[in-house]
Parts: sequence; structure tokens; C-alpha cells
Amino acid sequence: MNYVIDRRLNARNKSTVNRQRFLKRYRKQIKRAVDDAVNKRSITDLERGEEISIPKDNISEPSFRHGKGGTRNTIYPGNKEFNAGDRVKRPPSGGGGGGGGGDASDSGEGEDEFVFQISQKEFLDIMFDDLELPNLVRKNLTDLESFKMVQAGISEEGIPSRLNILRTMRSAQARRMALSAGSRKKLRQVEVALEEAEPGSDEIMALLEQRDSLKRRINRIPFLDDFDLKYNLQAKLPLPSNKAVMFCVMDVSGSMDQSRKDMAKRFFTLLYLFLQRHYEKTDLVFIRHHTSAREVDEHEFFYSRETGGTIVSSALKMVDEIIKARYPASNWNIYVAQASDGDNWKDDSPLCSKIIVENILPVVNHFSYVEITPADHQALWREYENVSAEWEDRFALRQVVEPSDIYLVFKDLFQKRLV
Amino acid sequence: MKQNFISENSEWSFELIDKYDKAIGEIADSYGLDTYPNQIEVIRSEQMMDAYASVGMPLGYNHWSYGKQFLNVEQNYKRGAMGLAYEIVINSNPCISYLMEENTMTMQALVIAHACYGHNSFFKGNYLFKAWTDAESIIDYLLFAKKYVTQCEERYGVETVEKLLDSCHALMNYGVDRYKRPFPISALKERLAQHEREMARQKQVNDLWRTIPGVRQETPETQAPNFPNEPQENLLYFVEKNAPTLEPWEREIVRIVRKTAQYFYPQRQTQVMNEGWATFWHYTLSNSLYDQGRVNDGFMLEFLQMHSGVIFQPDFDSPYFSGINVYTLGFSMMRDIRRICENPTAEDKKFFPDIAGSNWLETLQFAMANFKDESFIQQFLSPKVMRDMHLFNVLDDEHQSELEISAIHDESGFKLVRDLLAQQYNLTNKEPDIQVQNVDLKGDRSLTLRHNQQSGIELHEESAEVLKHLHRLWQFDVHLESYNGSQRVSQQECVANQASA
Repeated sequence: MNYVIDRRLNARNKSTVNRQRFLKRYRKQIKRAVDDAVNKRSITDLERGEEISIPKDNISEPSFRHGKGGTRNTIYPGNKEFNAGDRVKRPPSGGGGGGGGGDASDSGEGEDEFVFQISQKEFLDIMFDDLELPNLVRKNLTDLESFKMVQAGISEEGIPSRLNILRTMRSAQARRMALSAGSRKKLRQVEVALEEAEPGSDEIMALLEQRDSLKRRINRIPFLDDFDLKYNLQAKLPLPSNKAVMFCVMDVSGSMDQSRKDMAKRFFTLLYLFLQRHYEKTDLVFIRHHTSAREVDEHEFFYSRETGGTIVSSALKMVDEIIKARYPASNWNIYVAQASDGDNWKDDSPLCSKIIVENILPVVNHFSYVEITPADHQALWREYENVSAEWEDRFALRQVVEPSDIYLVFKDLFQKRLV
Repeated sequence: MKQNFISENSEWSFELIDKYDKAIGEIADSYGLDTYPNQIEVIRSEQMMDAYASVGMPLGYNHWSYGKQFLNVEQNYKRGAMGLAYEIVINSNPCISYLMEENTMTMQALVIAHACYGHNSFFKGNYLFKAWTDAESIIDYLLFAKKYVTQCEERYGVETVEKLLDSCHALMNYGVDRYKRPFPISALKERLAQHEREMARQKQVNDLWRTIPGVRQETPETQAPNFPNEPQENLLYFVEKNAPTLEPWEREIVRIVRKTAQYFYPQRQTQVMNEGWATFWHYTLSNSLYDQGRVNDGFMLEFLQMHSGVIFQPDFDSPYFSGINVYTLGFSMMRDIRRICENPTAEDKKFFPDIAGSNWLETLQFAMANFKDESFIQQFLSPKVMRDMHLFNVLDDEHQSELEISAIHDESGFKLVRDLLAQQYNLTNKEPDIQVQNVDLKGDRSLTLRHNQQSGIELHEESAEVLKHLHRLWQFDVHLESYNGSQRVSQQECVANQASA
């Protein structure tokens, strides 16, 4: 008897476990390949999988095999001009038709890379592997905005759709048994008496009547009563807020050319991807500034150019205002990332650090400042250094010169710290 | 001719698969093919990749090497470097064959003929499969193995088990009995016996390694007998029974790997025959379908195109060449046996007096049932096939500066070519001959292996790695001595501190 079975809907990821084990085993090599890839990739490209290649030597499974030397015979197909007794030059190993046949002749090819594809999720997992978000606090249970309904036992009251049938029937049965117990006992006695009684006697008539009335009484007990009904009780469980907002603050004065903006964008993108992994929802706020600040959309943020002087405090003031207006710190995890080439109006820098220390740092989870310049630091950096000394856990600043520094700086900023 | 096409376009449906299966089954019956019941499973390409990765086992224990295999297949398939096989068939009862959803109706029919009737009847009929595998219980046994390994992982940690499996896999090819006739495995007995075995095995090992002086029969002066008495070819079996410090569960896992290797051993010995037989039957059965008017010309053209793809043999100097195509060789030989039976020439009568002019069906069945690749080629490779394939032998002697063409497909070369091709499919020649020589029972417990060089061929450098794995199982020093004839040519070893490096 033959059967045809449709298995197309069965799980197709039978190999997932084995695949994960392989990735875990070669984590180090894969991590190296991923780090290389992050540095090479263009910014828009970070969100896809990656082709990973690791040397075959590292992952070979050894076995006893034939090696070099000796005398061996190999039969080949497709003879054209050879005759028995002909002699031919030994072909260079691994070339042309030399391969195949005996296992031993494959040995020249050990240098190949083992290439495979990992998914975007795996890519990001590995990329952010040993990084962590500092000051990750689940915000706020007081301002109840999101709830989850959870099972909370059984209740006597409820709506019909939550009726717990099993419990209801159980309780109805118990009630019926309890209420009818006396009558049933009497009924049993009556029936015994009936069997023993003389046929045709008065006693029989009385007993029969008694039996019928008892039966009626038992039948009168309702099958289901109001107080039998049991309902599943559901309770509202408040959920801690799991959302973040990320402020991208960038200097767009004349000195920030496109390549610097690209570097800034890389940093922002990395941070955004990183935040996305920790929060269900991540809002983005883009603020650009020269002498005055403006909230813009993503495209304008990265691609339009303006010239003029630089007043950093304008942007910081705006961050503060937006936080107060739209993102109350009690509900939101707030991250600020600022990128600049370090230029600032001379008298403005102390004001910046004042705003940061007094208004921003008390409410944000983390503030990172990236200075994109090969030149010496200016007043702003020095001011920030003081802030950083005071607010070590929330405020970090780093300098970036080349695109390849970005990922290193990023890793450095969010390195897992041993407590 | 009466025309009664089963289908006329390339779309398949379950109903059609059923119809084709019935039609093909009837014809197979008329040829006397004896098969297990078929279980045909339709799967998608991703599932096919899964099946690939687990080397054709419908379920296997978890190990990273299968993951590596999977990534490799996936990468090649996605890049288009490799097409997936049309089918995978499992030697079990019922015989499970996988058909891919993407195939056309013609391909499905070809696969049904090839796998469900070709391979299936081979599994049931060939003496190696009969002796070495038990189609009834293999699925159950694999399930038992998977569960057992998972349990061990839970109890002793994934990493510990993984290391042990790594070591066993390195010796997997040396986990088979080549000459002894094994007992078929049965999952039920296996489970029942497992606990008992653990105890008994440990006791035996304890006896062997007893350090408390017992009542000695022999005086210390008499020469200590060699242990083992005779060299042992099954390294994993030897380890399982005699390794001094393995835990009972570790011995069980060694056993599982060994049993799995044993299950695949017949397949590795009958590639030419198995594929040749299956190809011969998909060819014969499809042609019969056409002759009966059950399929149309379109079906036949598509079929022939695929069939010729399967049996394409690039010449040795072609860039596509990668050894002899077992489908081509097997198919050519099977067809030629039929030809020799039906239309023998003078040459055939000289070479094959027994079978020339005999009943072709009986002769083929006999060939299928009673041979393995090596003996099959030795017995049935005809001059015509050698001529058609233009086979020739290249002698590569490291002491000569040039290669020698020692024999070609001519009158004087037939026998030599046939002998050498048969040797090429002899598994004992493909793998180095390594056996357990001695264990130093009274001294440092070291294990000595003996490698007998064949034609002066050295061991691959990788063997140093394999020794480390063997050391992990044996736990004491391991020596490997290479002999050329009776002369020792080289020696390597793995001692305690090396292994941990």
C-alpha cells in the first residue's frame, strides 16, 4: 500500500538548532567578519544580512585519509589519443582533470574559504553582541497607559462570554447532589420497602404515592442555578513603558561637509538600530542647528546644507523644550546623540554645559557626543569634559576622524561594563 | 496505438501523483520488482535542504557539523551553484521518498520510478542491506538516538556532549565491522538493553583495568599476552568496550555513532549499483509508460532531457570533470547486462558464457541481490561499456617523473582496467588501513594503532588531529605506527599535554 503525504506545511527549520550550534561554535570568527563588514558597509546598508566567510581549515572535521606519495592507479573516462604504455607529464596539482578520482588528489584545495549567509537579525545580534545600553530603566508604572489582561482566577460575576463551563457544571452538579441527598435517601428506603411489601396491600399504594412525590421533588431541583455560574476573571496588569525616543542633534554649519555628515549619520544609525533592539517603539527626533535650531525630517536633516556660525546651545534648548512638551521623562527612555565638528560660538559653550547639566542630564538615560574632526579640540569639548567627569554614567564624548572609527567608538561607548 | 494519457501538461497534483504511482507500480510489478510499501512525501525546497543537511536521515541528533552542512547547501543553492537533488529516499519500511514541490509532473514521475521502485527494491533485495540494516526499525532507532543525545545534553551540558561527538565523528569511518556479520538493530531491544548494557560494560572494563592484585594464574616472568589478541579494525567498538575511563553514557554515545556509521556502510559500498539500478528502472519504467500510451511525447522529451542530464559523464579533460559519474557507470552496466542477455555478440559469449542469452530479468535481479560495487564491476563490466566510456588507467608512481597510461579499453587492457576500476570502488582501498595493535595493560595504558600502507601511500597530515580525538576518548597516550609491509616507516603519537593544546 502506498501513501502520498503532503509535508509542505511541516516545520521547515529542522536544521535551525544545528545552524545555531555552528554559529555559536565559530562565534569568534564570525564576529570578526561582522566587525569588518560593519566598517566597510555604507550606512543605508546596515539593515541586511551578510555573507560571512571563514577559513575552511578552522572548521574542518578531520578523519584518517590517504596522504601523499606511493603508487596509485586511477581509471578515467573519455580517452582520446592515449595508447597503453604512453607516458605523459604530471599535471600541476589541482589543475584541469587532475582532481577527483582518488580522495587523495583533493588535498591541494584546503585553502578555500567556507562561505555562508547569515540573516539580518543574526548580523545585528552578533554586531551588538557584547554591547549594552547603560541606565536601562523600565519607566513608570504610575502613568498607566498600557495594560495587559491576565488570567486572575475565577469569579462569581462576569459576562457570558467568559463563562467557565467546567467550573459551572461542577458546581451545579455538587449543588444538585447536596440538595437532593435527603430525598434520594428516602427514595431508596421506599423502594426497598416496596419490594418487601405484600402485593396489592394499602401499604403499597401509600409507598407508590410517596415514591412519586419524592421523585417529583428530586426533579424539581433546577439543573442550573444562578449561583452555579462561574466566570473567568481577568485583571488588568499595568505594563512598564517600553518605548524610547532618540534625539539626533547635528551641527550643519558650513564647516560640516557631506563626508562628516555621513560619519554622523553612521553613528546615528548604529545607535538607532541598537535602541530598536531594546525597545518596542523608538521615536526619532531630528534637530539641526547652526546659529539657530530647527526640528526637521530625516531627509532634510542629512542632506540639506546651510552655512553660518554655530550656536550649540540653541539646539540643546530645543531638546529640552521638546522633552518637556512631548516626551515626559516619566514615560520615555530618552537618548540624545549629538554630532558636531567642535566649532561653537566662543561664549556659548559654558551655556551648553549648563543646559545639559541642569535640564537634560537629570531626565535622559544617556547622552553621547561625537566630535568629528581631525583638528584640536575647542572650548566645547573642554566644557563637555567637565560634564563627563561629573556624570560619568550618563554622559560620554568621543572623537572620530575616519569612517572606520565610528564602529569602534560606538563599541567603546556601549561596552558591557563589569560591575 | 491506444492513447490514454494520464496527464498532458507539466502541472502536478496529488491525484496525478497517485495515478502515476499506480501506473508505474503496475509495470514494476510486471517486471517482478519486490519493494517495501512506499511513503511519498511532498516537501518544499527548504525542507529538502534540511533533509540534505542531515545526510539523508529523517531525524538525527543535533550537532554543529549538520549546521555547517546546511549552511553550505543553502549558500550553494541560493547562489545557483547547485541544484537540489530531485529526490531523497530513505532505507526504511515503509520506504520514505521526498518529492520536491517545485518539480514538474514529469520529474515527479521520474522520481517515483527512480526512488520508489528503483532504490526501494534495491534496499529490499541487496544482500548487504539485508545483512547490515533493518529497515523496520531504523526510524525508531534514530529517534531513540536523538532522544538519548538530548538527554545527555541536558544532564552533562551541550558542550561536553558536542566534544564527545566530535571525537566519535572523526573516527566514524572506523566504526564499522567490515567482515563480521552484525545483528540488525532494533530500537525496542536497544532501549531495553541499554541500561543493562551500561552496567555490564562497565563491569567488563573494570575487570580489564583492575589494579588490585588478584589471584594471578601466571607468573610475572611469562610473557604478558597481547591485548587485544587479534588486531581490531573497528576502532569505535574497541573504544566503547575497552576505554578505561569513559562514563557509561559516553560509551552509549560512542555506540550510537558506531551504529549510525554501520547503517550507512552498505550505501557507501553500493553507490554504482544502487544508482545504476534505480536509473535503469526509471528509464525502463518510463519507456514502458510511453509504449503503453500512458504518457505523451512532451513527457518523454522532458524525461529524456533529464535522464541524459543525470547520466552525463564529462571526459577526464573537461573542466566539469569530477570523477566517474556513478549513475553513468551503473546505468551503462545494467543496460549492457540486459543487452548481453538479449543480443549477445561473439565477444559477450567469450567474456560472459554464463549469462549471454539468459533471461535478462533474472540475471539483473541476481546481479542486484548478490554483489557490491567492487564485485559487481569485477563480474559484469563488459568490454563494450569500457569501450563506450573510453576508460583508461593512469599509473602515478611517485618515483617516476611521468605518469604512465598502463591500460586502455583495448583487447589487452580490458582485464586490467576492470580489475583496477573494481579496486577503485573497494572501500578498504579508499580509506587507510588502521587497526588497534596493542594496549599496554600493565604499564601506561597507552593504545597503539598500526597503519598498513597500501602501495606506499602516506597518511594525510590531518591524522594528527584525529589522534587528538582518539586521545579524548581513550584518555591515555595514543601511538600510531605506519608500516610498509613489515617495515616501520613512521610513527606519530598523541600524549597527554599535546591533546589539551
